Amino acid sequence: MDAEPLTQLDPAYTTVMRLEGALTLLPILAGTIALYVSSVLPIWVPGLLFLLIAALLVIYLPMKRYRSRGYHISDDRLRVVKGVMFHADTVVPFSRVQHLDVEQNPLERMFGIARLILHTAGTHNSSVTLPGLAHADAVAMREEIRAHVKRESL
Amino acid sequence: MAPEDGWQRVNKLSMLVQLARLGFQAVIPAAFVLYGSASEAKNLATVVPILFLVGTLIVGVVGLSTWLNWYRLRYRIGDSDVKVEKGIISRQARSVPYDRIQDVSLEQKLVPRLLGLVQVKFETGAGGKDELALAYVSEAEGERLREVVRALVEGEQAAEPVAQEAEDTPAVAATPPARTLFAMGPKRLFTFGLFNFSLVIFAVLLGAAQQFEFLLPFDLWDYIGSFFSNEAVNDAGTYLSSLDMFARIAAILYAVGVVVVLGVGTGVVRTFIRDWEFLLERTAKGFRRRRGLLTKTDVVMPVHRVQALIVKTGWLRRRFGWHGLSFISLAQDSGSANHDVAPFAKMDEIAPIAAEAGFTLPDEAEEWRRASPKYYTDSAVINAVVIGLPAMAVIVFGNVWLGIALGLLALVLVLREFFLWNFDRHALDPAQVLSRRGWLAPRVQVANRVKLHSVEIAQGPLARLRGYCNLKFGMAGGTFSFDGLALDDAKKLRAAVLDSIAEVDFAKLPR
Repeated sequence: MDAEPLTQLDPAYTTVMRLEGALTLLPILAGTIALYVSSVLPIWVPGLLFLLIAALLVIYLPMKRYRSRGYHISDDRLRVVKGVMFHADTVVPFSRVQHLDVEQNPLERMFGIARLILHTAGTHNSSVTLPGLAHADAVAMREEIRAHVKRESL
Repeated sequence: MAPEDGWQRVNKLSMLVQLARLGFQAVIPAAFVLYGSASEAKNLATVVPILFLVGTLIVGVVGLSTWLNWYRLRYRIGDSDVKVEKGIISRQARSVPYDRIQDVSLEQKLVPRLLGLVQVKFETGAGGKDELALAYVSEAEGERLREVVRALVEGEQAAEPVAQEAEDTPAVAATPPARTLFAMGPKRLFTFGLFNFSLVIFAVLLGAAQQFEFLLPFDLWDYIGSFFSNEAVNDAGTYLSSLDMFARIAAILYAVGVVVVLGVGTGVVRTFIRDWEFLLERTAKGFRRRRGLLTKTDVVMPVHRVQALIVKTGWLRRRFGWHGLSFISLAQDSGSANHDVAPFAKMDEIAPIAAEAGFTLPDEAEEWRRASPKYYTDSAVINAVVIGLPAMAVIVFGNVWLGIALGLLALVLVLREFFLWNFDRHALDPAQVLSRRGWLAPRVQVANRVKLHSVEIAQGPLARLRGYCNLKFGMAGGTFSFDGLALDDAKKLRAAVLDSIAEVDFAKLPR
């Protein structure tokens, strides 16, 4: 079962992560300006540092994250893989799903991206989140898993 | 306790319990305050009336609110749920449907016990503070509530669930008699206590000293300081240093002996208080455990709610063949997720209990597997570097003894990893997942394969580089993970476990 190729997430998810990275840059920008004005360091240092961090948060990390994530859905289980540094590879059998959520934050909504969340009764991994799905896909997957849960409980 | 359409109040005496508890909480600080202010003896005459007035006021307010609390708390055992309403001004109404009640447990703390009261808890798996509790009803009423609710939970609609007043409980007579699985008499308890070495008494004394220090009329630490710089002690010091080696060793041994005796004594007392009259029974519905000297608890665990079991031991008690068995279940046991079912027993006493819960304990026939040696090598190297480098630095900077001590510590930790690699193992049998962890005091955990909820393979950067991983199982009410497995092994285990999970739907698990 580990042989199957993972399904990639929606490409728009990279854009969402880039924008999220850009948002976290704002306080850093404020810090950079403060450093520049106070001129404790040579004037070119704060700008260069800022560019490095920006490149990391906006360009490099979203790309790495996107590549490291993926999922595989088979007829009785969902496998979710994630993590650039710390790798986690989780499998949830549909028969253990207690309830399902599809969530969107404003940024995700702008790009039509959604998160599918599977809740189980386990203490560890009580909720498994699969981010970066196209909204329609997420809803379709939810319906599929839901139907499966219902069928099994009959 | 006149029923008005099924609504009832809790026992009137519970007000007394509440008052006693508040009183006890208030008396100790009050005594300290009194002592503190009285020592400035001159204004004693003015202090006492004020204190008296304040005291009366507090008693009045507390008494009124206690009564209101009692008056505004009512419960009803309905046709489909248990309802409880409480709150003086802001009302809280809670309803728990019967099919969500996992179990009903009874608990008696010291004061309620003297008054013949019990606290009834309806366990829903919500855990901790969210559980529905009724404090306090009479013992008979508690017993009746339990039987009635249990009968209703089982769906055998008892004829008149609410009407009759306690005493005769026909449900009890109908069920087959309970079978004793495990009990601990005073002798066993004493042995258990001997192994429960505890220095908590020192912590308690220190804590109390810190808590109430500000109320004492003198500075405690100054007092201790002056005590030691006192001439008498000085003399003792010079006397001691003039003693010969033998006498000094004797003095040190004496000090160590005092600590050991105190520690063992505390352990025995604590064990007696917690586990007095420990009794585990197999009733028609599940496991029933009663224990406690001051706080008496009475817990019932349905058999199918047992998610996994843990067999623990200590490095010393293991040499004498003593082990402890506990269950992981959804309902909580006074804050801890594990239920002690046989805290101090021989393996041949534990095995039947495990079998009763539907588990088989591992034997030598089990196909044990080891984790990746790389995992232990890496841990050993990390330990050696993290402690070894500072050790060398300390030696370079001149503190040779500290350096050597640190170096020895590093060596022990490295050796420990080697032994852990030797002793940690895991296995998979047709129905169960098993793990044994630990070197001197191994801990065996056995979980039912179909009662797991998810399987995760987790890897940090180092683990990925070296090709090992942690295999973590999602289990209700506890954690279960195999650390440092070779990746291939973990994947095989995961596939096998997932197949058996996916076969059985959660809703179809025996309930």
